[in-house]
Amino acid sequence: MGKILTLNKMLRNREISAEELAKAYISAIEKDNAKLGAYVNITEETALSSAKAVDRLLAGGERISPLAGIPMTLKDNISTKGIETTCCSKILSGYVPLYDATAWEKLSALGAVLLGKTNMDEFAMGSSCESSCFFPAKNPHDLECTPGGSSGGGAAAVSGNLAVYALGSDTGGSVRQPASLCGIVGLKPTYGAVSRYGLIAYASSLDQIGVLASSAEDASLVFDAIAGSDKMDSTTNPSYCANTFSELNKDIKGRKIGVPKEFLKGVSKDVEKAFFQAVKTFESLGARVEFFDMPALKFCLPVYYILACAEASSNLGRYDGIRYGHKAELYESVHEMVCKTRSEGFGDEVKRRILLGTYVLSKGYRDSYYKKAQNLRSAIISEFDEAFSRFDVILTPTSPTTAWKLGKTSTDPVENYQADICTTAVNIAGLPGVSIPCGFDKSGLPVGMQIIGNRFEEGKILCFANRFEEITNFKKEVKLGVKL
Amino acid sequence: MKYDLVCGLETHVELSSKSKIFCGCTTEFGGEPNTHCCPVCLGHPGTLPVLNREVVNLAVMAGLALNCKIQNFSKMDRKNYSYPDLPKAYQISQFDMPLCKDGFLTLSSGKRIRIERIHIEEDAGKLVHTEKGILIDCNRAGVPLIEIVTKPDISSIDEAKEYVTKLQQIMRYIGVSDCKMQEGSMRCDVNISVKPHGESVPGIRTEIKNMNSVSNMAKAMEYEYKRQCALIEKGEKVTQETLRFNDAEGTTSSMRSKEDADDYRFFPEPDLVNIVLTDAEINGIRANLPELPQSRVKRYTEELGLSTEEALHLTKYRNISDYFERALKGTQSAKLLANFIIGQIFATFKTEGEKEAFSPLTTPSQLCDLVKLLEDKKINKNLAKITLDKMLKSGNPCTEYLSDEDMSVVEESTLRAFCREAAEENTKAAQDYRNGKEKALMAILGTVMKKSKGKADGEKALEIIKEILG
Repeated sequence: MGKILTLNKMLRNREISAEELAKAYISAIEKDNAKLGAYVNITEETALSSAKAVDRLLAGGERISPLAGIPMTLKDNISTKGIETTCCSKILSGYVPLYDATAWEKLSALGAVLLGKTNMDEFAMGSSCESSCFFPAKNPHDLECTPGGSSGGGAAAVSGNLAVYALGSDTGGSVRQPASLCGIVGLKPTYGAVSRYGLIAYASSLDQIGVLASSAEDASLVFDAIAGSDKMDSTTNPSYCANTFSELNKDIKGRKIGVPKEFLKGVSKDVEKAFFQAVKTFESLGARVEFFDMPALKFCLPVYYILACAEASSNLGRYDGIRYGHKAELYESVHEMVCKTRSEGFGDEVKRRILLGTYVLSKGYRDSYYKKAQNLRSAIISEFDEAFSRFDVILTPTSPTTAWKLGKTSTDPVENYQADICTTAVNIAGLPGVSIPCGFDKSGLPVGMQIIGNRFEEGKILCFANRFEEITNFKKEVKLGVKL
Repeated sequence: MKYDLVCGLETHVELSSKSKIFCGCTTEFGGEPNTHCCPVCLGHPGTLPVLNREVVNLAVMAGLALNCKIQNFSKMDRKNYSYPDLPKAYQISQFDMPLCKDGFLTLSSGKRIRIERIHIEEDAGKLVHTEKGILIDCNRAGVPLIEIVTKPDISSIDEAKEYVTKLQQIMRYIGVSDCKMQEGSMRCDVNISVKPHGESVPGIRTEIKNMNSVSNMAKAMEYEYKRQCALIEKGEKVTQETLRFNDAEGTTSSMRSKEDADDYRFFPEPDLVNIVLTDAEINGIRANLPELPQSRVKRYTEELGLSTEEALHLTKYRNISDYFERALKGTQSAKLLANFIIGQIFATFKTEGEKEAFSPLTTPSQLCDLVKLLEDKKINKNLAKITLDKMLKSGNPCTEYLSDEDMSVVEESTLRAFCREAAEENTKAAQDYRNGKEKALMAILGTVMKKSKGKADGEKALEIIKEILG
């Protein structure tokens, strides 16, 4: 049984109260967050009041949701009414949303206990959490290493037992890659499965709220709760009704797994070894594995960085210091105020992507960059469609490497962008993908693999993940956070 | 040398939907600054637009009324530019796949001004300059607009004026906008160039932004036409640029040249899905489209026998025409109805606004009842006129002012008797008539009227009098 159902049983049996549980997590955060840098904002009052409300329900003999009373976190780009939400950017310092993100509103209604907002790369641009304007988050498996990014704070919190689960966001791998580096489960849902309303946009056509949890079962429970159409987000699927939990224990015997060869290029030895071991494990479960070619995948990185930056340059135009967030102090004109505000408020990586995005959309360049990328996006989508006509799921490594030492992140942006090679394709094609632990490298750091499904087949990929978890044990407890 | 004027217009029309284009906020004009706003139209981080279907329907109505082809498939795009009154730093508009294409508007001369496209978009907020500094009011941010773009088919200032006036009339008729230029719910950008008469190659054009009245537009065009002609006469070139019109001096001045033209970096709006309209939906909207003024004019003249002038008067505003149509339901006498409306009822309105609103106290059916009495010759024109005056002041039906006796028909034998008596009482007039003074009959008729208490049918009475004297 996963953590959520275990805790739910304890709460229902009155072995522990929701308030006690919340307090245990809050004191663990007070003790260990300085080491992990997972949280940038701790919401003790909110947490305790939600916990007490759940206790009152239990005392009244009411039925509660499996998520009621469960301590969790939100990435700092998910809007919370009355609670500062900064995207870990100086430009949004002091910004307090007037409304709740739909995904959080749904969880809150079920009695979720919000412990705080977690660390991230500024505006979700990065894969090491080092571009946070606060401080970098650290990997619970080795405090000198990155937890990955951009949802690194959430992954560190779940892996370091400072939260049961976390909501993150995934634009090019920002949930799956940190999950992989921290040895936990990271689910990136189909584009349109979870409302983006209240998720502060990085790249609107790629962004999706995802779940970081310690098991496929936990991820499934949380996903089922946050998925579904939303009248505030017209890109949500109006007819999708998620019930992945009922699919977790299906048999995968005879099911077909495809492994695109393109995803194995440039992968480190340790990752490759763990991945091939995992392939064998699936075969032992009766699945049939086939290696195949997806030539369009070689365009994923340029396509991703062109489209994501183009959209980002537009999405981030609104941060001008006029209405909210950081505002420059000395200026003589509106123009100067906006320039200074943006120069001071954005970090280097964000500036780089805004410049790139502005460039690829500019007159004279749009056709050769933006439009070409759009066309290639269609080509990548068709290759996936073709692949899913033959395979149930696609299996790949999540990240070409395991966690690296903080400060060792390359100063060459192109080299850094290579780290997203396995994950961006999923966002480009709007598919669901889940990263689960599948081994360790020589120094004991977790390795993850990614199971990709066809659109709205979260149930299927979580079932594969659950089946794999049942016969393997790649969970390594760290000496941090709450001990249950 | 004589120069031809070549002009195309881009007209922004604010749609009359109850709520804004991407959120539920009211579109009402005015209001305390920043009270008609929410996180969505203020562009707060994380918010998303949701397209208001009413806006699409109104835009389709406008497209159909302007003979456009409505696209089954269109999309929204982002137009990126930074300005303090634009909360998201981009305007959601339509770039290369507008909702409506290829229409036209017919001028009274029969000339068609081709409409290239109509697209939907959101309005921005506005800057308010005060002593304390520049303030922003976002009440208007997110109010739905359509932009109607013509081909460069307009070749005179009069055509431009007629186009704008007709466009205004049509939009008001179908109820998609009130088109109040002074409140900003209709604004015009004028693209204008000149070329030597007969020359086929177009000249270099300038764009005059934001005309807020038809008369200013005419003044701006006049000035710009002369300025461009003078430049060419001097052997200089017109610079392609965007101009503003300075109301007070009646001149245009440069806002920006082509080189500094904004690069809007258009790209498809990822937060919205494409707009899909089936033929059935389009036809449904078409079926509910009210009859347009031009078609009413045609019907009034061809089927109801009204003069063109009368028909144009009646159709100037939708309310007048609708009033006429409702009154017409109970009577065949279109001409009588039209005369009362254009004459006596119009006379009670002091302003153009009152004429447009057209809500006299007398209802169409009350007017119809009165006209029927006239039609059946139960009362005469004079009495009808007096009665209508009273009705218009009170809102009461005509029966309130007409007794049974008033409405009784004067029998022919009685009328004959009245005429004979009158002729005998007016011997001088009778003599004058016999001597060829046609006018003298009026004195005799006056006596007949007195005797019949104003109820006699004047025409009939004259016939009888002539017969007696003849």
